[in-house]
Parts: sequence; structure tokens; C-alpha cells
Amino acid sequence: MNLLQTIEAENIAAISKDIPDFRPGDTLRIGVKVVEGDRTRVQNFEGVCIARSNKGMGSNFTVRKISFGEGVERVFPLYSPNVESITVVRKGVVRRAKLYYLRGRTGKRARIAERRDTREEA
Amino acid sequence: MRTGVIAKKVGMTRLFQDDGRHVPVTVLALEGNQVVARRELDRDGYVAVQLGAGSAKAKNVAKPQREHFAKAEVELKAQLVEFRVSEDALLDVGAEIAADHFIPGQMVDVTGHTQGKGFQGAMKRWGFGGMRATHGVSISHRAHGSTGNRQDPGRVFKNKKMAGHMGDRQRTQQNLEIVRTDVERGLLFVKGSVPGSKGTWLLVKDAVKVDRPADAPYPASIKSAANNNTAEEPVIETSVEDVATPEATEGQEG
Repeated sequence: MNLLQTIEAENIAAISKDIPDFRPGDTLRIGVKVVEGDRTRVQNFEGVCIARSNKGMGSNFTVRKISFGEGVERVFPLYSPNVESITVVRKGVVRRAKLYYLRGRTGKRARIAERRDTREEA
Repeated sequence: MRTGVIAKKVGMTRLFQDDGRHVPVTVLALEGNQVVARRELDRDGYVAVQLGAGSAKAKNVAKPQREHFAKAEVELKAQLVEFRVSEDALLDVGAEIAADHFIPGQMVDVTGHTQGKGFQGAMKRWGFGGMRATHGVSISHRAHGSTGNRQDPGRVFKNKKMAGHMGDRQRTQQNLEIVRTDVERGLLFVKGSVPGSKGTWLLVKDAVKVDRPADAPYPASIKSAANNNTAEEPVIETSVEDVATPEATEGQEG
């Protein structure tokens, strides 16, 4: 590890956030800190993770949902203090790392099959 | 006026603040910033501190320069830079500057050489528009076009923007904020970008346009380890040449 990677690893350890294992295709519920005037509250954003980008402190992931018939995508920095919690609601089976093809699809065509971990059951 | 420091660019990363805002930072490393010589008013006509940083192999340093380092009883340095200081900010030879020389929130100016781009055309170097893609233009789509008039003046004016070497010029980025310092590893976290590629040497000084904060250590922040070195120095007490030669043989073995 070079110096920069060491610094980033230390900073990530210092944040000590509980980040579950998730991949593109999984449905996530993200608790986002929202500042309203002088008080903060946590707002949930639930949708399908369509991309992950791993680059140290700059890692982020994209979540897409359909809100009132309109597609909404948000990119969350993985280690941001604004991302309060990440919970995996549903695991999905996909064969791509980036699910940008979902952008052109709605309804039935945008379905993702559920992933069941066979190893845990055995 | 305090001395600046010589730093090596490590690379860029981001830091998150508690309120969730992220700060893009450049990490700069201080590698053995030691005072190698002093310039004094009565002897040299000006006041400055000569700092050395990094490490050099003995085989790559010429003898006169080795002697210069031996006289100061410091290791061989890769970089030597003079910083003009006011008379009360003059430092002792051998003193090593620590990263808390700068304090978080302070503004600094960072000087270095920008990334070299090599020989570039007028479009990239000066932002010229080039020529048209069609309408009879042949072979010269990225050419700069006309460079002047006709028989009068009959020459191309000096400083005409043309193709040539781009980048690798000394540039100073002013008023960059120090976000954090790491004394143990000798690191400075500077907000934003600085000139040059990773591994390049940079000069970090107090900002010219913003006053130095009152709680910044005034002559300089000296590493306590430097005091140990000065304690060792009388023990060596050999002639200047003897100090230089063992270092030379070590370098050849390596």
C-alpha cells in the first residue's frame, strides 16, 4: 500500500461505518441526513442499486427508483457522514456490473429476479 | 516573514467534514526539511534560510555539494531551496521543520512546475479554433492559420501564439487552505489542487495576500528530533572530509 492508500484506509477505519455487502441489482434503503433549518432528520431513499464505483474514499453507488412515475437516481458517496444507514431490502440476480439498461425500462421489463443464497441454506 | 517548506506531492484524496460536506485535498509530504545553511545580512547582504529536503545517494551528489552538506552536518538532500526570512526568523543549521509549522485554517501559496505536455499545437496550447472540417480545407484542420499581415510589417510579431512546448512552467497557486496536518508522518493536507504531477517537489509558503494567523509558530515549528541530532554532533567531532567519506562508501555498496 502506498502512503495515500494508507491514509485513506485509516480515514475509512476512523469513520467506522457499518456498510453491508451489497451489489448492483440489490434493493437498498438509504437513510439520508437532511438539514431543515437548525434541526436534522433522516430521510429514507429506497431503490435499486444500479452501479457501484470503488475508489477508496471516493467510492460511491447509484440508487434508482421510480417516484410518481418519474425515474429518480441518486449517487451516494459510500463514506459520507450524510449517509446514515444502508440496509439491503432485497437481493437481486443480475449479469451486469452497471445496470444502466434499466433507465430505458419501466414496469415488468425492469424486474430483477431475487437472489437466494444456496450456500447458506445447505 | 517566516520560512516556507519544501514538500513532495503525494496525491489527492477527499476528507469528509462532520456536517457531511466533503473537502478535496492534496496530500503533501515533508521529507526531512532541514536547515542546511543561513544567509546573513552582514556576510551575504540578505537574510535567508537554506532548506534541504528528501534524500540523495552519495554517488549522485558532487563533492563540493557533499562538503556543503557535511559542513552543516546533515544528510545529503535531493532539494536545496533558499527562503527569504526576516532577521528574527532565522533558524539554526540542522533544525528540522515539522508539519505543524502550518496550522489548519491557514492560507498558503504553493509553487511548483506544472505537468509537462510536450510539444503541442496551437489548438491545445492556446485554445485556437482550428480550421473547418470541410469546405475545401485540406490537411490543415488543426493548423493555427494566419500569423500576421503582408509586406508591411513583413514579419511575425514576437510573442505570437504558436505551437510549441506546453506545460512544465513554474506556477504558484495562491491562498490554498491547510485543512489538516500530520506531524508524525510529516503530512500537510491542502484544500484543492496544486501544480505538478505526483512525486514533484513543491514550495509551500505563508500566503502573501492573507495575513498569517497569530497562533502559527513564529520562527518555525522545529522537530524535537532535531535537538537529538545537535546533541550527537559534538560526539562525531571529526573533520569535515571524514564525515563525507563514510557516506560515499555506503552509497557505492548500495
